[in-house]
Amino acid sequence: MMFEGWQDFAAMGGHGLYVWLAYSVALVLLAVNILMLRADRRRTFRLLGLPADKDDAAQTP
Amino acid sequence: MRPKELWHRLGSPKWFYRISGPWRLVFLAPALLLLAVGTVWGLAFAPPDYQQGNSFRIIYVHVPAAMLAQSVYLLLGVAGALLLVWRMKLAGLVLQTMVGFGMGATALALFTGAVWGKPTWGAWWVFDGRTTSTLVLLFLYFGLHALRRAIADPTAAGRACALLAVVGLVNIPIIKYSVNWWTTLHQGATFKLMEAPAMPPEMWVPLLVNVAGAYCLLAANLVAKLRNAILREERATQWVRSLVGGNQPEAAR
Repeated sequence: MMFEGWQDFAAMGGHGLYVWLAYSVALVLLAVNILMLRADRRRTFRLLGLPADKDDAAQTP
Repeated sequence: MRPKELWHRLGSPKWFYRISGPWRLVFLAPALLLLAVGTVWGLAFAPPDYQQGNSFRIIYVHVPAAMLAQSVYLLLGVAGALLLVWRMKLAGLVLQTMVGFGMGATALALFTGAVWGKPTWGAWWVFDGRTTSTLVLLFLYFGLHALRRAIADPTAAGRACALLAVVGLVNIPIIKYSVNWWTTLHQGATFKLMEAPAMPPEMWVPLLVNVAGAYCLLAANLVAKLRNAILREERATQWVRSLVGGNQPEAAR
């Protein structure tokens, strides 16, 4: 650990705003990506007339 | 399997759907695990830069995002060529489904570059070779997205997008070599094929972990989106109908 305590970690030596801004936007985009993957699968299942809760089992040939 | 046979099968959505079955769960968990490990490592355990202090930690998001931005475009460009030359169906689906992912990666690379630039260069944005060519990359993604929706006929839209994707490939080497060709504030490549990185392993190993995680995320997206697109695209065919089994009225529409 390169920091002394949580406050020091949050401050990032005065660069906290920039570092945390970059990481939080990345995290939000990652979450959006996962949600969109799920939405894509649900949309496909709906189109095929499959129940959405049938999960991936239905995709197995 | 002979190479020629493999080539023909690669173009077949049905064949890809069959073989990719086991892959669909292989990439997402490692992606999230690697990204979590690399991020915590980079944020808390990598040493601060002797000049930039802790703002350099943005590298652990910025570099993987920028690598994805370019790799996805390369993928789209190659898919575009395969669609134009060989009418490969699967390539058309890659071109159709991966634009959003590349757009997100490019936007993230530009954003993290801006918040890194402010404390390091003293400006959120400068028009130099690397930043400008990456902005052009973002506009190429916008263009592919808009073009798809502007043409009603799916085949024509696919071919137009393929052409744009192939022409836009010229931008990729410009992004790559921009830091060498023009005087710039942007630092050079972190990882080079034939040289050791200029930073110590304590700094670049977590970066490599995040880069690996980013490529796993790309693979997870590619497999999942292609499989869904294949089912939608081929939903009237016999093999998809027998796959979903029984639910004919909906599937046949």
